[in-house]
Amino acid sequence: MSEQTLFKVTVDNITIEVPAGTTILQAARQIGGAVAPPAMCYYSKLEGSGGKCRTCLVEVSKGSEKDPRPMPKLVASCRTTVMDGMEVKNITSEKVIDARAGVVEFLLLNHPLDCPICDQAGECHLQDLSFEHGKADTRYEFQRRTFKKHDLGKHIQLHMTRCILCYRCVFTADQLTNKRVHGILDRGDHAEIATHIEKSLDNDFIGNVIDVCPVGALTDKTFRFKNRVWFLKPMDAHRDCPSCSGRVTLWNRGDEVFRVTARKDEWGEIEDTPEGKPGWICNTCRFEKKHTNDWIIEGPRAISRHSVIAQGHYAGNIGTTLPTETFKAVNDGRAPHLLMDIHNESEVNLPSIRLSEIDGPSHGTSFNNNSKNA
Amino acid sequence: MGVKLLLEKANVPGIRTYDVYRREGGYVAAEKALKEMSIEAIVEEVKKSGLRGRGGAGFPAGMKWSFIAKPEGVPRHLVCNADESEPGTFKDRYLMEFLPHLLLEGLLISSFALGSKDTYIYIRGEYAWVAQILEDAIVEATKNGWLGKNILGTGFDCMIHVHRGAGAYICGEETALIESLEGKRGNPRIKPPFPAIQGLWMRPTVVNNVETLAAVVPIIKMGGEEYAKIGVGRSTGTKLISACGNINKPGVYEIDMTISVEDFIYSDEYCGGIAGGKKLKACIPGGSSVPILPANLLLKTAKGETRYMNYESLSDGGFATGSMMGSGGFIILDEDQCIVKNTLTLARFYRHESCGQCSPCREGTGWMEKILQKIELGKGEMSDIDLLWDIQRKIEGNTICPLGDAAAWPVAAAIRHFRDEFEWHINNRALSQTSNFGLQHYADPIHVPA
Repeated sequence: MSEQTLFKVTVDNITIEVPAGTTILQAARQIGGAVAPPAMCYYSKLEGSGGKCRTCLVEVSKGSEKDPRPMPKLVASCRTTVMDGMEVKNITSEKVIDARAGVVEFLLLNHPLDCPICDQAGECHLQDLSFEHGKADTRYEFQRRTFKKHDLGKHIQLHMTRCILCYRCVFTADQLTNKRVHGILDRGDHAEIATHIEKSLDNDFIGNVIDVCPVGALTDKTFRFKNRVWFLKPMDAHRDCPSCSGRVTLWNRGDEVFRVTARKDEWGEIEDTPEGKPGWICNTCRFEKKHTNDWIIEGPRAISRHSVIAQGHYAGNIGTTLPTETFKAVNDGRAPHLLMDIHNESEVNLPSIRLSEIDGPSHGTSFNNNSKNA
Repeated sequence: MGVKLLLEKANVPGIRTYDVYRREGGYVAAEKALKEMSIEAIVEEVKKSGLRGRGGAGFPAGMKWSFIAKPEGVPRHLVCNADESEPGTFKDRYLMEFLPHLLLEGLLISSFALGSKDTYIYIRGEYAWVAQILEDAIVEATKNGWLGKNILGTGFDCMIHVHRGAGAYICGEETALIESLEGKRGNPRIKPPFPAIQGLWMRPTVVNNVETLAAVVPIIKMGGEEYAKIGVGRSTGTKLISACGNINKPGVYEIDMTISVEDFIYSDEYCGGIAGGKKLKACIPGGSSVPILPANLLLKTAKGETRYMNYESLSDGGFATGSMMGSGGFIILDEDQCIVKNTLTLARFYRHESCGQCSPCREGTGWMEKILQKIELGKGEMSDIDLLWDIQRKIEGNTICPLGDAAAWPVAAAIRHFRDEFEWHINNRALSQTSNFGLQHYADPIHVPA
């Protein structure tokens, strides 16, 4: 049993050996970087998830060593297992890039694009996806579908208008709680997440649906409109919790804990505990322990993937590099027409100042002092 | 008169009841299969017959049967797909309504061959009265010893259950049907695993169309080889065609697949020509999801050969100049019909029926409908045609189940063959609201390159 069959799989000309039964997406994630296809609905910790959003479509140019025929259609890499000698094209395939741009456009079709007032902005997978794979414009000119906001119990608010119907929260409720009280009603573009009828989600682990939601459809009512995620400092912390692992990320500003989430890995998924179990956290940890003295703080959390948070100059970023090109270089030599250089007028948010190095809440004075020192 | 295998006795008075059906030679094939034939022999006969799935995809039925996994101790199931929801298709309804025992006999033989002790008929909810007919027929068959325990003393137990759907087109897709049968939301599953390995309740399952299962009866009666002699090439046996639209005699016709499309439309035995003496403009030859063809490409292929009513001939030329046999919903459009409006109707149907699971289909179908609506209302722009083309291209092949393709093909074919009608709608916005583009050149003989 100890000896596992290893399959050789090549993704974008990079070959890797993975155990049989691994999906193409997991294999590509082991290679990492841009080779890993984006995933909006697949969540490795949730059984049965994936296959729905179609953003992870890849081209299989060689089926396997035994049967080298290419697959006729693009396949969802999150639900297709690798075969020995399989060759996969992700970002090297024009078909994939074209189809993915199409999927991004479809996903944004009925999305309200209310990022400026959305709590998920900055850590939103849909933002990342459209930034990396989408087009600047939409060709959609009709009215978008809208829903009223719904309160799903004490802690969670549902913003159905933003939902992309990934089904992750449905799987979470199925697999973490003893009784699921919400699900998908209706079908097609009028399908919606709903409870039947007007029930509240009050299971002790239901707060995890907020963490799995790739967009801002399910939001934490204790955090709504309190702050922008990129102003917060993520800190790893733990407590001795009787019902969950108690391993969390605190999102602080100064000494104030604004919100508590589970620890997420570079793919935006819940990190495993040292025992190898998914580190879901309970509602008590998430919603009620909002003081630093509830927690034993381990140190700053390294956030690597989410573009906007990572741009907040936090120390210890893994793999984030600030862009080296100037705006002029990427804009065919044209400089932007500058009406006013804000940094001449105000010293707040000077790019040279790293927010994570400021001790406590950042005030105007911290910027003033710094600029005087400089 | 063509050969009739399924509907031969459809007009016998009282054929719906067991006594008349039995007197007219019913259940003879079942007796033969259960008493005289081995399971392998039945599957072999079906394979030899070359019977292709009548639900739309045309996959060889015998081959499908041979894929079923047979793990020890795990029950297997046969499911009859009676969720006939394709616009333009109503052949299964006719079959079930008039010859319920023919379907039961086919189901019994097939269940025996596949080892299914619990066989299900998944019938669409709108066919409420047909479900009642089937349930009555099951009671009669059980009473006469054709269903239940120890059938004909062979030791084979089989029960047929009728399950009513709630009226969703998507539940005609086999994995969505299985989900719905299990009591879940009718979302198609991601394949693999295929139902033959893990289907209903994760057990090996075969899902077949009503007509396919009914056709097993004549195959057993006459032998697979005899059956294969009817028809042409890989299109063996007879096919039920539900003809509708602007024709003189709409209805369900059984054809052997050697008849030409032109004969089928104009002969008095079948459609009886276009209603009101008008001219043929276009036709959707296999149910709403297959590509529409203009009259000139329908009657003759692009090579100038006569087109016949069979799987190969209808798909001759691929999607560029051909179409598909599909499920046999033959829809005729005469010169007064507007292709834009027709396409809008279809797009609206697919928008309404998309399950909403995967994003290209969920969002794309709604978008296409809105654009078509805009063109139909005389507010379209030239760029909308290209946009429609681009949307359908991005839906097709990128979805979990074939509904995405089914929604994309009609739009693609309409633009491919009738682009000038779309352009006319856009260039003559006011006129398009009061009058019709008409036949134009769509029936002209096409130029055949030497």
